[in-house]
Amino acid sequence: MSRTLAQKVWDTHVVHRANGEPDLLYIDLHLLHEVTSPQAFDGLRMAGRKVRRPDLTIATEDHNTPTDNLLTISDPTSRTQIETLRRNCAEFGIRLHPLGDPEQGVVHVMGPQQGLTQPGMTIVCGDSHTSTHGAFGGLAFGIGTSEVEHVLATQTLPQTTPKQLAVNVTGELPAGVTAKDLILALISKVGTGAGRGHVVEYRGSAIEKLSMEGRMTVSNMSIEWGAKAGLIAPDDTTYAWLEGRAFAPRGKSWESALDHWRSLPTDPGAVFDSQVELDASSLTPFVTWGTNPGQGAPLSASVPDPESFSTEAERTAARRAVEYMALSPGTPLRDVAVDVVFVGSCTNGRLEDLRLAADVIRGHKVADGVRMMIVPGSAAVRAQAEAEGLHEVFTAAGAEWRFAGCSMCLGMNPDTLKPGQRSASTSNRNFEGRQGKGGRTHLVSPAVAAATAVVGRLAAPADL
Amino acid sequence: MEKFSTHIGTAVPLRRSNVDTDQIIPAVYLKRVTRTGFEDGLFAAWREDPGFVLNRPAYAGASILVAGEEFGTGSSREHAVWALSDYGFRVVIAPRFGDIFRGNSLKQGLLTVELPQAAVETLWDTVEQSPTTTVEVDLAAREVRCADRSWAFSLDDFSRWRLMEGLDDIGLTLRHEDAITAFEAQRPSYGVVVS
Repeated sequence: MSRTLAQKVWDTHVVHRANGEPDLLYIDLHLLHEVTSPQAFDGLRMAGRKVRRPDLTIATEDHNTPTDNLLTISDPTSRTQIETLRRNCAEFGIRLHPLGDPEQGVVHVMGPQQGLTQPGMTIVCGDSHTSTHGAFGGLAFGIGTSEVEHVLATQTLPQTTPKQLAVNVTGELPAGVTAKDLILALISKVGTGAGRGHVVEYRGSAIEKLSMEGRMTVSNMSIEWGAKAGLIAPDDTTYAWLEGRAFAPRGKSWESALDHWRSLPTDPGAVFDSQVELDASSLTPFVTWGTNPGQGAPLSASVPDPESFSTEAERTAARRAVEYMALSPGTPLRDVAVDVVFVGSCTNGRLEDLRLAADVIRGHKVADGVRMMIVPGSAAVRAQAEAEGLHEVFTAAGAEWRFAGCSMCLGMNPDTLKPGQRSASTSNRNFEGRQGKGGRTHLVSPAVAAATAVVGRLAAPADL
Repeated sequence: MEKFSTHIGTAVPLRRSNVDTDQIIPAVYLKRVTRTGFEDGLFAAWREDPGFVLNRPAYAGASILVAGEEFGTGSSREHAVWALSDYGFRVVIAPRFGDIFRGNSLKQGLLTVELPQAAVETLWDTVEQSPTTTVEVDLAAREVRCADRSWAFSLDDFSRWRLMEGLDDIGLTLRHEDAITAFEAQRPSYGVVVS
């Protein structure tokens, strides 16, 4: 029978199947960080259980860590959470990349860069942006702390079979339009709940042409429209990216793995429960104006009138969003001035993203009164960027060149917006207060972020 | 997990859609390493507004939250469920929930009930007019009752059984430990090993 990529990955991981019960799936890789794991380890200890497969488990420190130094975590509660992870990893024999380690970084940047993320795998993490790893053609999804404990104890998860949804992105992205614009435009088109109950496969010519970094940006934001996971079929781009990385198979193993990976793409004739079409060639730089990732518009548009939406729920949400964001309907988005520009996160904190931002800002200066923070997704990305001299481009422009971490993507570490401050951010969520209490977030691509930093208002590279 | 059969309580009308997990509990409250006391972070930003519905004395002691569509979208933080439970909620009713939040809630014995928007509107109107009106959530019958109205809701048999028996998933899975071991024996040799 013809099957989708996701169905193939699912089927090869079923440990136990019974009528009326969720399938029990084997988990190939479990990623941990400090925030969603402490209560899971406590649960293990209380039940007298061990970690079943420490060799399939890896941890890093990212959410609480500072990005201005590698030595001091000044907030005592953050420090306690980090120290708790360190103790738990030592006690249960789990590999940890702590602050200061050359492989430390945002969990969804750290895994792929080491070659830990491979096609056909099942990958989970107590973090909703685990969908990022689907860019390699695996089934990767975020879980809660109860499930973290479950995977630690059993290396499996009971899972109800999801529906299958195809996103067909035809055409080709125009020059200057990025994977981030694509996914923001998609979410704005379909809404934040459209993917619910589904595993999504992004396909079509525009997806095939994306780099691995671009694919990760797209898969990363699957959760922002409610999808459980977002997969992209592995191809030569995937294999070229993986080959030679620390945990990628070598020699004969590489050949065996390739044989398997090449069998994974969706069969012709496989049936999806639903389909979404998007024409990439029609896209332009895209930004959000509201307080959920579906409230976005082309940069060339204006803040919409909340009364123009079709349902009362949308109108109410838009009214509230415009008020929170302190915007007036009809204001051109290009007139919106920002205080902070943040380039980083598991969405856009990879080397390609930093290159893109650097190319835009090279030879320019960050506008007066604007703070621009460049936060590499991992220590390794930071080192690579420095080897290319990108840090000098940023610092010459007046931007801050910082250490790796989740940083301003979420208000858990010292990098936060002050109440009333407005940011252009390459992260994934523009929720109220996400980047700090009272902060206002516009989600943008790295290219738009860099142009915005120069102009001081939301802008595209073409505006410079 | 505490067994869940039928719950009767008063309800809070939260007339908002897209209540994401950052609103339910902001990130700054996620730093605790223990499992209790998360009620202080529940809707922390919104609760600073004295007019916010949860601050109104009429809704003190309510144990059912009635919210708009896409409740619990966003982050996977189970802390959102803990915050609601620690505050005293046993049930959340909304037209739709974020998947991860819903999964987390059912694992923790916080019953999330999906009812159509029209039913949610009726509940909002009813408990706004009369905050002392009780709502009955009957898991065995999969039905919500309020005043002279009732609405059926769906929940798969397996989740319902787990909730009604108060079962722990890890214990259920470990019944299949032999199957896990057998599966591990045939995993491909090229698979990733971290250590």
